[in-house]
Amino acid sequence: MIAIHVKKRLGAFDLDAGFEAPPGVIALFGKSGSGKTSLINAVAGLLRPEAGRIEVDGAVLFDGAARIDIPVHRRRVGYVFQDARLFPHMSVAKNLAYGGRHDRDRVIDLLGLDTLLDRRPAALSGGERQRVAIGRALMSDPRLLLMDEPLSALDAERKAEILPWLERLRDEAGLPILYVSHAASEVARLATTVVVMEAGGVRRVGAVAEVLSDPAAVGMIGAQEAGAVVRARIAGLDRIDGLTELALSGGRIVLPGRLGQLGTHLRLRISAQDVILAREKPQGLSALNILPAEVTAVDEGPEGAAVGLLCGTDRLLARVTRRSARALRLEPGQRVWAIVKASAVAPDDVGGAV
Amino acid sequence: MTDWLGPEEWQAVRLSLKVSASAVAASLPLGLICALALAKGRFPGRQLLNGLVHLPLILPPVVTGYLLLIAFSRQGPLGSLLEPFGISFAFSWTGAALAAAIMAFPLMVRPMRLAFEAVDPGLEAAAATLGASRLRVFATVTLPLALPGVVAGAILAFAKAMGEFGATITFVSNIPGETRTIPTAIYAFLQMPGGEGAALRLVAVSVALAMGALLASEWLSRRIARRVAA
Repeated sequence: MIAIHVKKRLGAFDLDAGFEAPPGVIALFGKSGSGKTSLINAVAGLLRPEAGRIEVDGAVLFDGAARIDIPVHRRRVGYVFQDARLFPHMSVAKNLAYGGRHDRDRVIDLLGLDTLLDRRPAALSGGERQRVAIGRALMSDPRLLLMDEPLSALDAERKAEILPWLERLRDEAGLPILYVSHAASEVARLATTVVVMEAGGVRRVGAVAEVLSDPAAVGMIGAQEAGAVVRARIAGLDRIDGLTELALSGGRIVLPGRLGQLGTHLRLRISAQDVILAREKPQGLSALNILPAEVTAVDEGPEGAAVGLLCGTDRLLARVTRRSARALRLEPGQRVWAIVKASAVAPDDVGGAV
Repeated sequence: MTDWLGPEEWQAVRLSLKVSASAVAASLPLGLICALALAKGRFPGRQLLNGLVHLPLILPPVVTGYLLLIAFSRQGPLGSLLEPFGISFAFSWTGAALAAAIMAFPLMVRPMRLAFEAVDPGLEAAAATLGASRLRVFATVTLPLALPGVVAGAILAFAKAMGEFGATITFVSNIPGETRTIPTAIYAFLQMPGGEGAALRLVAVSVALAMGALLASEWLSRRIARRVAA
């Protein structure tokens, strides 16, 4: 269990945030300036809160009332900074060993670092640097891993290189991770719990599928970033047309490209902007993915309406204009057809096993 | 090979090297602490410390020398305190080293302070999250990254100590074999009829040593900078 409550005044900004979450990957999600980095700096001990309590798996790192404030170097939190922060005067091997040699061989293997060991940080690419930084944090045998937008400094290609490593980390290392991000695609792909932050406070805490598919959360997440996360099984591979058929609980959809082995499971993010709704089953459409669904909630905001859908047991999210919402008479209980554009699921958003 | 310098001149060169090396070696730890405190410390009296460190640079050397003379003479407040322990600075080479160390101190601290300020605090924070105590962070991250500046400060201080004149002659006088360093020897030879030849030879030695120190410092800090940055 991870329980964090922190109060700190930073100039004109008031950080007053708290949440409790089961271990796993906890994504701190929110726009820049919402206090995500300040919050994990407080967990690391780099920022001293005025009041609050920070507890990780039974270990109290900070308690304002009990005057407990474990110094940074005794907290055993691995911190992967946005800018890697490798020591420039040491080789990769020395950087890795700086905090310890815990599970050395497995970490080097997990992150593919064996060919980099003799190099200096200046000779590494951005993606390689982040991998070394992650390895260095892991080898210090942390009880909690903090990651501050570890991918934001990288281009799409490098992101695609690192994301699978992070997934392996989540699935194999069994270490709780606090992951700061403002990209919904990363959150959807990696997180088990989502903590939505806004203006220094926590607005929403919940399981990733629940928060990201909640129409009421669209305003906090941002219209561009909103989208549901569903679990899918690879049910068919079309080698001739280069397509993958995915089975969801409420039907089947087809995506371009070969996404994995037959029978394996994927975590899929379907952006709310890419879901179109219809009252009648559409005919003669070029889109291949049409799923029957039931409207569960409609949340009208200034920019349009967010519609929650239940498709089998999966929750989807669609965004329509308020005029369309009225024209379709969308209300809870209404049966509709959801048309998901095949290109809607970017390769970046197709994660590994949940 | 020793023919071109007379015994008295050799004595002055040897003494100058001994005085300057001792001055730098003895003041290096204090210089590091002051540079670190000025670069990273946030404490009341920081500006006062800054002023104190730089004072010898601004004061006329003769004033510094005279203050040392008052403080460290046998009857002076510090001299009388140290005398029971057999430590005496008055009119001995150790006094010349003390004067040189104080005069060179601002030149030693400044490059070190700039080097410490240039070390990314983010790297120090990263080291701390990896379990390094403050002492280990300093020894393994801060100091190695600031090393070019530390070396530059030490060499600059050495060169300044080699040339120190005013405070030395005021504090410990000009005693051959004890406190007659190169600059005070040049001064003494110039006061002597027929001493110009000896003075000129020492001037040449002085110039060569100063150039050598500068080149060595350039070479060394470039080498270290490469090692640190590559």
